[in-house]
Formats: sequence, structure tokens, C-alpha cells
Amino acid sequence: MSDPGIVLNNPEQAPAGARERDLISSVQNGQRELFYELVKPYERRVYAAALAILRNEHDAEDAAQEAMLKAFANIRQFRAEARFSTWLIQITVNESLMRRRRERTVVMEPIDDRREGEDSDYAPRDFADWREIPSEALERKEVRQRLSNALGTLDPKYREVFMLRDMQHLNIQETAEALGISTASVKTRLLRARLMLRDLLAAGWEQGWFSRLPFEKGNKPW
Amino acid sequence: MVNHDATNGAALKCEEVWRQISNYIDGDVDATLRSGMEEHFRACARCASVLAGARNVVQLYGDELMLEVPAGFSQRLERRLEDKFEREMQEAKKSPVWISEAAGSRWSSWAAWMMPVAAVVLFTAALALVDTLTFHSPAKSILAEPGHNIPPDMLVVISDGSKVFHVAGCPYIHDKATERTITAKQAIHDGYVPCSRCMRQYLKTSFVGRHDSEDANADAGEEAEEALDWAGR
Repeated sequence: MSDPGIVLNNPEQAPAGARERDLISSVQNGQRELFYELVKPYERRVYAAALAILRNEHDAEDAAQEAMLKAFANIRQFRAEARFSTWLIQITVNESLMRRRRERTVVMEPIDDRREGEDSDYAPRDFADWREIPSEALERKEVRQRLSNALGTLDPKYREVFMLRDMQHLNIQETAEALGISTASVKTRLLRARLMLRDLLAAGWEQGWFSRLPFEKGNKPW
Repeated sequence: MVNHDATNGAALKCEEVWRQISNYIDGDVDATLRSGMEEHFRACARCASVLAGARNVVQLYGDELMLEVPAGFSQRLERRLEDKFEREMQEAKKSPVWISEAAGSRWSSWAAWMMPVAAVVLFTAALALVDTLTFHSPAKSILAEPGHNIPPDMLVVISDGSKVFHVAGCPYIHDKATERTITAKQAIHDGYVPCSRCMRQYLKTSFVGRHDSEDANADAGEEAEEALDWAGR
């Protein structure tokens, strides 16, 4: 059962399967200098995973690089049955969560979240005017920044599930394993994250996040 | 809040739709529920808006454009990996056992043989040590003789500062203030040896006829040992 209404851009510009397998095999057999070529297609995903957890660019870069080094050091433990990208993301998630625990980062929970438990129903807000947001909007940096900021307002437990499932495109089971939670929890948190982000984006739509400024359309304000 | 039960008995409530909307987007609902939800979306503008919004969320955040890295990230990562690689190479050169991984071989042939051999030797040594400590506690006396035919239940006297056991009343008992009575079997087990004076009849040398000079040497030896024990206290 797939939803034909959603066509996702594939973020994974990874080496083709056979090429990736060859690279992995070569690195495992000693051609360590090929490791960067192997991981380069995933560096953005690794960084994004770290950033979603740590919410600090400097920490995220450090954690992402450390995760890559750990993958480099443990490449022989990788088994061909797994997806390399998933393995890499799991190492990154572990590294990032470990750092967050170590640094005891205090993340303020949104007011709504303190009031409502994870299992309670979330009632989406009612927005009268909602239109489809064109993907071209993402080409603008300020839009990406606003989306990133909106994601940053979510409680970590929702943000992490959303990031792994909808940004990293891990499946439900992989997301559950990466975070050490049940698949039922993944589904519950994913629902909550999507609905909360929908509310934030719908509000942003009303505030003109996704529309071009009037003068860009030729309607000069002066 | 729209309750479609009033207009269509088969329709779902909004709350139920919201609860399943994420699974619906993922195609993770059965055909009956899917059909019911689609019917609901046609009738309920609010839920249709929620669905459209949630789909926008999935589509926008799922785009690779959302995955940005800071300027220079790739170069810094590549440099760090190169440093790590170079360090590994240097360590490989220093180590006689670990052979360069870049050469495609993890272990030299002799190292591959030596490692299990070393493990076996260490294991055997450890076993021998445990065996010795557990079952054959060595007598610490420099005059150690195990004795022969000592009745195991015979009560003997031991004391602190010496590993010699005596019959009660022996004038050579060391530190009489701490003397304790145990069985000969226990004393031997604990590493004590019989006194060459009071337990002479059980010593091997007594059967071959020990000369006085030997006896004197033995006495001198034990006294010397006890002096050492005292000095060490």
C-alpha cells in the first residue's frame, strides 16, 4: 500500500549498489584511502542527523566527523546484509546521543508537550487556507532556515524520530533500532512530529514563509 | 469538530483520522480504513487540510536540499580522515606485529602463529598457578618437610609469625600468645610444616637416623627462620 500522492526526492546520491559494495570490500581489505570516497555521498545525511540531535552546528560537525572516524575504525564490522547508509547513520546517532548525555544539554520542552503526554491525542490546529507548498521554495535559504528552526522547536524525542524517518528515510524498524525504542513508539512520535510541524508550517504559510516577496514578483513596494 | 457519524454511519470521526493520518501517509493502513479515511477527507475540509499539510511536511523535509553542511565541512572531514589514515600507517610501521593494513594483510604469518601459542602458554601458566595455590600450598619454612603418617585428626598448635605446627607444650612454639589448636590435616593444608623437634617422629629424616649434627643444624635453621619472622614483624 503506497501513497501515490507523495513523490520524494531521493536524497541519497550514493554510489550505485555494486560500486558501493566494491568500495566497502576494498576498504575492508586494506585500501583505507578509499574510505572518504565511500562516505562522501552520505556526509550531508550524517551531519543532518547529528544536528537534529545536538542542535548546535559546531557540536554537530564534531560529532559527525567523529562518527565517520568510528566507522573508519570499525569498517570490518560492517556486514553486507545491512545498508551502509543505515549503519553510518546509526553510528552517528549513537555518537550524538552519547555526547548529548555527556554534556547534559538542557533542552526546553515546548509548552504543549509538557501539557500533553506522548500517547495522548494531538489535535491539529484549524487553518482555513492551506495550499500546497512548491518544492522550489526550498531553493531559498531563508525557507530552509525557517523549516530547520521549526524542527528545532520540537521536543528531542519527536525531532529524532522525524529526522531519522522523514529526513534520513530510515524505515520504521531501522528508526526504532537506531534509537532503542519500540516500533509503536516510533509511529506515535512520528505522527506527533508530523502534525506539530504541519501546524508550524501552516502558520508559516499564513505569515508568508513560502511566498516570494511582492517586489520579487514585480510588484515594487515603492 | 466534525462528526460524520451523523451523516454517514460508515464514516470516521476526525480524532480517529488524525490518529491514523501518519500511517495513512506511509501506506500503513488496511484497505477498509484507507477507504474510510478517503471518504472522510472528501467530506471534511479540516482533515483534508491536515492531510495536505502533513504531506507537505514529509515532502519538504524529505528533500535533499534540507540536508546542508557548513562551508568547508567536506574538506575538514577529508583532512581528518587523512590524518587518521597516516597515523595508522605510522603505527603500523612502528609495530612488529601489526602489519600495514594498506598492504592488505592484517597479520604477518609468524605473528598469526605466535598469538595462539602465546595464549596457550599464558593459559597453561595460569592453570599451573591456580593449581599450585589451590591444591598444593607450599610450605614457607626453609626446613619444610611434609611429615609422614601424621594422624590427620591429631590436634596441633600453630601461632602467628611462623608456618610450623607443634604438639601442645612444645618449647619452640613461636609467639605463644597467639597459639591456636587445629587438626594436623588442616595445618598441612594451610601450608604449615611439622616442627623438627616435637614432631620429629613423623619426619622422613627420623626414619633414616638423623645425626645430632643434622639435628643441631635443623634447630639452628628453625631458630634462624623464626628470627627472620620476628624481624619481619
